[in-house]
Amino acid sequence: MLKLHSYLFILCILAMQINSQAQKIDLFAETGTPVTTDVTTSIFKTTRIVNGQSIENVGAGVLDFRILHRFGALSQGGYNFFGLDQATMRLGLDYGITKKLMIGIGRSTFEKQYDAFVKYKIVSQQVGEHNIPLSISYVGTSIYKSLKDLSLAYQPYTSDKFSFAHQILIARKFNDQFSLQITPTLLHYNIVENKTIPNDFYSLGIGFRQKISKRVNITTEYFYRYNKLDGYYDPLSVGVDIETGGHVFQLHVSNSTGMTERTFINETAGSWAKGDLRFGFNISRVFTLKKPKELRDIKW
Amino acid sequence: MKKILIITSAFILVSILSVNQLQAQKVYATKTGQIFFNATGGLEKIAAVNNQVDSKFVDATGQIIFGVLIKGFKFQNQLMEDHFNENYMESTQFPKADFKGYILNIKEVNFTKDGVYPIQVEGALNIHGVSQKVSTKGTLSLKQGKASIEGEFSVKIKDYGIKGLYIGEKIANDAVIKLNCQY
Repeated sequence: MLKLHSYLFILCILAMQINSQAQKIDLFAETGTPVTTDVTTSIFKTTRIVNGQSIENVGAGVLDFRILHRFGALSQGGYNFFGLDQATMRLGLDYGITKKLMIGIGRSTFEKQYDAFVKYKIVSQQVGEHNIPLSISYVGTSIYKSLKDLSLAYQPYTSDKFSFAHQILIARKFNDQFSLQITPTLLHYNIVENKTIPNDFYSLGIGFRQKISKRVNITTEYFYRYNKLDGYYDPLSVGVDIETGGHVFQLHVSNSTGMTERTFINETAGSWAKGDLRFGFNISRVFTLKKPKELRDIKW
Repeated sequence: MKKILIITSAFILVSILSVNQLQAQKVYATKTGQIFFNATGGLEKIAAVNNQVDSKFVDATGQIIFGVLIKGFKFQNQLMEDHFNENYMESTQFPKADFKGYILNIKEVNFTKDGVYPIQVEGALNIHGVSQKVSTKGTLSLKQGKASIEGEFSVKIKDYGIKGLYIGEKIANDAVIKLNCQY
C-alpha cells in the first residue's frame, strides 16, 4: 500500500509540473536576443585623421565632397599676415562602392597634382561571435604631378611624374573616447633626382582621436620616416574635428603643405621648431547617391 | 496492480490534457520583423529602418514583446547612422531597445478565423535605458494560420533621455514609429 501511495505521489508531482509548465509561458522572463556581433563603428570621426587616411570609410552609395585648405606658414610674419595670405588646396570626391571598398580622386593646387586612391577594409574590430580587437584596411594611392618641371634637362616620360603610396591602417577603438591608429607606409617614386636617393621610402604613422564632447574631437597625427629625404621634416599635425549634422569640419595646425601622401609624409618642408606652422581646414559634405537596399521599398 | 494501472492511465490522461493546454497557448515568433521610424524635422529626411525585429506574442494571454538592436537601423546615409549611434542613442552603452506589454483585447481575436482584428496594446517601451509607458492601437491579421501585426505610434524623443543639438530642429521632437511583423 505504501508503494502505491508513493507512486501516486510521484505521479501527482509530475502531472503538476507539466501543468505548471503549460501555464507559465512568460515572454517577459526571456532574456531576448543576445548581441551576436557588434561591429565597432566610428573609430574616427571621418575618413582622414588630419592629412592621412583614417580607418573609416564613407558608407556604400555615399559621395563625400572634401575641400582641404592649407594656409602659409606662421613664421612668414606680419607681412604675409602670418601665412593667411597664401593658400593651397585640394578638392576631392570620395565614393563608397560597398561598405568595405571606397575610392577617391583629388586635385591639389600644390604641384598641380592629381591623385586617386582605393581603400579596402580587410577586417573590422568587433565583439560577439568573433572577437577581433583591431580594424585593418589597405590604402593605395597614386599621385600624378602635372606641374611643368623646367629644371629637368630632358623631357620626362608621363610615368616619371607618378608616385605611389601603399599603407596598411591598423586601428583600435579603446573606448568611446579614445582611438589609436598606426600606419605603416611605403612610398614609391618612379623617378628620383639621382642614384643616391632610393625610390622607396618607409615610414610609420601614428594618429589618435580623443573625444572631448559628442561633437568635438582632438586629433593628432605624426609620421616617423625610417629613411629620409634630405631637407625635410617629419610631419606632425594637431587638429580638432567638429561635426554639425551632414558636415564635418577639421581645423588643424601642421608643418606640412601638401595634401597627398607623398608630399605630406615625405616632403614636409616646415619645421615645428622654426615655427613653420600652417593653419588649415578640411570640410566634408556627404551626399547619398544610392539608398541602402533596406530603404528602397519604403514609402515615406 | 489494477489500481496502479488506473492511476497510470489517469496520469496519462492528465498529461495529455496538459499537452492540449500547451498547444492552446501558442507562441507566435519572428526574428525578421520590420520597424521604421521617421523623425524628420527639417528638409533632410531623418528616417531609418530595421529588418531584424525580434518579436513574440502569446495568443492566450496577449503577452507581447519586441526587441531590436540599435545598430541595426539603416539610414540613407552612413554619416547619419554614425551620428545616430554615437551622439544620440549611445548604442555602445544602450545596444537594445525593447517593448514588453499586453494586447489588451486579445480575447476578441478569433485565432481560428482569418481576418483583420483591431488591437489595443499597452506596455513599457525601453529606449536608451529609459522606460516609458506606451499605449497604442494596431491591427492583428490572420491569414491561413499566419499572424501579422501592424502598428504605428509616436514617441517624444526627449522622454527617453536622448539629448542632442538638433532635436526640435532638423530632428523632430516626436518620432513616428511604424511596425510590421509577420509571425
